[in-house]
Amino acid sequence: MKHTVSVLVANRSGVLARIASLFSRRGFNIDSLSVGTTEDPTVSRITIVVEGDDQVLEQVTKQLNKLIDVYKVSDITNDPSIDRDLALIKVKATSSTRSEIMQIVDIFRGKIVDVATGSLVVEVTGNEEKVNAIEELLRPFGIIELVRTGKIAMARGEK
Amino acid sequence: MKITGAEIIVKSLLEEDVEKIFGYPGGAVIPLYDVLYEYEEEIEHVLTRHEQWAIHAADGYARSTGEPGVCIATSGPGATNLVTGLATAHMDSIPIVAFTGQVPTHMLGTDAFQEADITGITLPITKHNYLVQDVKELPRIIKEAFHIATTGRPGPVLIDLPKDIQNEEAVFDYPTEVNLPGYKPNYTGHGLQIKEAAKVINEAERPLIYAGGGVISSGAADELRELAQKATIPVTTTLMGLGSFPETDNLALGMLGMHGTEQANYAVCEADLLIAVGARFDDRVTGKLETFAPNADIIHIDIDPAEISKRVLIDVPIVGDVKQILTELNEQVEGKEHKEWNKKVANWKSKSIVQKEPLQDKVTPKGVINQIYESTNGEALIATEVGQNQMWAALYYKYTKPRSFSSSGGLGTMGYGFPAALGIQVGNPDEPVFCIAGDGCFQMNAMELATAIHYELPVNIAILNNNYLGMVRQWQEIFYDKRYSSTCLQRRNSCPPNCSSPGDQCPELVPDFVKLAESFGALGIRVTKAEEIKPALEKAIASPKPVVLDFIIEREANVFPMVPAGGELDNMILGGDE
Repeated sequence: MKHTVSVLVANRSGVLARIASLFSRRGFNIDSLSVGTTEDPTVSRITIVVEGDDQVLEQVTKQLNKLIDVYKVSDITNDPSIDRDLALIKVKATSSTRSEIMQIVDIFRGKIVDVATGSLVVEVTGNEEKVNAIEELLRPFGIIELVRTGKIAMARGEK
Repeated sequence: MKITGAEIIVKSLLEEDVEKIFGYPGGAVIPLYDVLYEYEEEIEHVLTRHEQWAIHAADGYARSTGEPGVCIATSGPGATNLVTGLATAHMDSIPIVAFTGQVPTHMLGTDAFQEADITGITLPITKHNYLVQDVKELPRIIKEAFHIATTGRPGPVLIDLPKDIQNEEAVFDYPTEVNLPGYKPNYTGHGLQIKEAAKVINEAERPLIYAGGGVISSGAADELRELAQKATIPVTTTLMGLGSFPETDNLALGMLGMHGTEQANYAVCEADLLIAVGARFDDRVTGKLETFAPNADIIHIDIDPAEISKRVLIDVPIVGDVKQILTELNEQVEGKEHKEWNKKVANWKSKSIVQKEPLQDKVTPKGVINQIYESTNGEALIATEVGQNQMWAALYYKYTKPRSFSSSGGLGTMGYGFPAALGIQVGNPDEPVFCIAGDGCFQMNAMELATAIHYELPVNIAILNNNYLGMVRQWQEIFYDKRYSSTCLQRRNSCPPNCSSPGDQCPELVPDFVKLAESFGALGIRVTKAEEIKPALEKAIASPKPVVLDFIIEREANVFPMVPAGGELDNMILGGDE
């Protein structure tokens, strides 16, 4: 099963390697990873999406907790939470397809952030499924390049 | 007043009451050694003949004294030579603070001479590690390193010291406290869980205590004995737990697991309650997981929450310090006799092969180890190498005190024993120290005789010499149809191919351990007859020199009982006529 693990860590060098190695020693492939500082500049939040056996992941979570540079680990897979991906999609566009592409982008509340004679760059945010859906719809036009951030997530409510 | 980074390190060591360190100098730690030269009176530096032996010596020092072991190596190859020692200490939760030299900060990452990314390399085999990038951070880092190494579940911490940091100057102000928001070990067990455990113990009919190294590192041997004796619960220990419960006690069953005793393994299979204390259900302990303690509820007391239900599902987990939890638990546990259960256990014990094996008129592992026990009144501090010698040392010596047995349990590091014995002797100058070794292991570290001579450490090395890599040979005999592939240490090119048994035509034993010992100025004694064992040991114990005892044992001697890897604990190979 796919898990989203949110980790609060000390914002210093080497921390990411420590965390990644706990996943790699079990042979887990990290699907997505995003790192950024929090409201406190000495603290970073790492959001990891990883596929793995529930029990083994619980074990990995406990081992993450043991790292000196890790402040807090939560598996938020089943918690009510908001999660977002951001994608930049460079898609082929001719005078005949441009307006159709713009309509699709509109429906997905995306933005056109660059226009050239033969291409458009689309910016879209949303949960993973939404970003996947627009990617599928744009594919027939010819995707030249695609960049996605990892998932970032936050629990709902005051928690 | 400002002082150099190197001086800060030494002053910090003094703040941490470090009196002995083990190490090996090199280009990137010359500034540090230059300061140590000035402090020779306060801190004794033991120069080993290889960095790996320095860290094993620090490890033996730590295991036998309870104080953190400290070692130093230079950058690059010096640092990478510590890797096995760090992994050994990490697996067995031994507090060590290791200092490594590093190339100057401006050269980091440039493949400079003797550069190795040692913090990267040792990341999964240290409890924590540091690359110092600012001399002003040194006191805080050293304070934290000692704190992390010695508290919670202990372990090794490495501090990497770029050469320019050792030379730069800063004001020395050693912190009195640490501030580590990500590191707050939980010592107090949950009250309700302790209550639940007491209830389960009071209701059990066939309880069994399974004690590990955590009892020793927590200093909880007295509390463990109180629990066992109050409710008359038999105790089996892991390899790491040897010494946590006196094996002279009627309730002691000895070690469990792959080479555990019959009574211990049968008891695990029949118990209705298993009380795991500071142990981690290692695969060498459990055998086949599905049939481990099949009839038992399991209580698990451990400082490390990540150990709970890691391999075996736990019914009553209690996370915290073993000593504190046992103290509370003992107040709630009722006195009970478990007469029938103990009778059954005692019956197994009286029939066990370890107990029954007769002392023969030839040199046997049991004969040698029994005599070490007798000749030292059971007061010896024992270090072992790894393999058959280690298992024999675990089975035949009766450990009665915590910290009297040091062995590489988790990693199984051949070559650990002799340097560890040196560290033990440095920390316990007045105690008799024995390294129980095999001829294979001793050939990994024999050069340390130089260190033993240099520092006048009268360590006794008892080699159980079968001229085989005995444990692997035993597996080859039992599971690989006696195909003794690369395990014979006597083998020469002139030997017939595909040898499957030793015979009269075998070439001479090499090396001659007696002559080897003498070449260092140590005492060498060869023992080939049973009646020579006692006088040889008495001579060794009386000798102020290090002694190499070369006990020539039967070439194909085996360790029994034995549970094949992944097998069921009550399905033991007992050897002999069985």
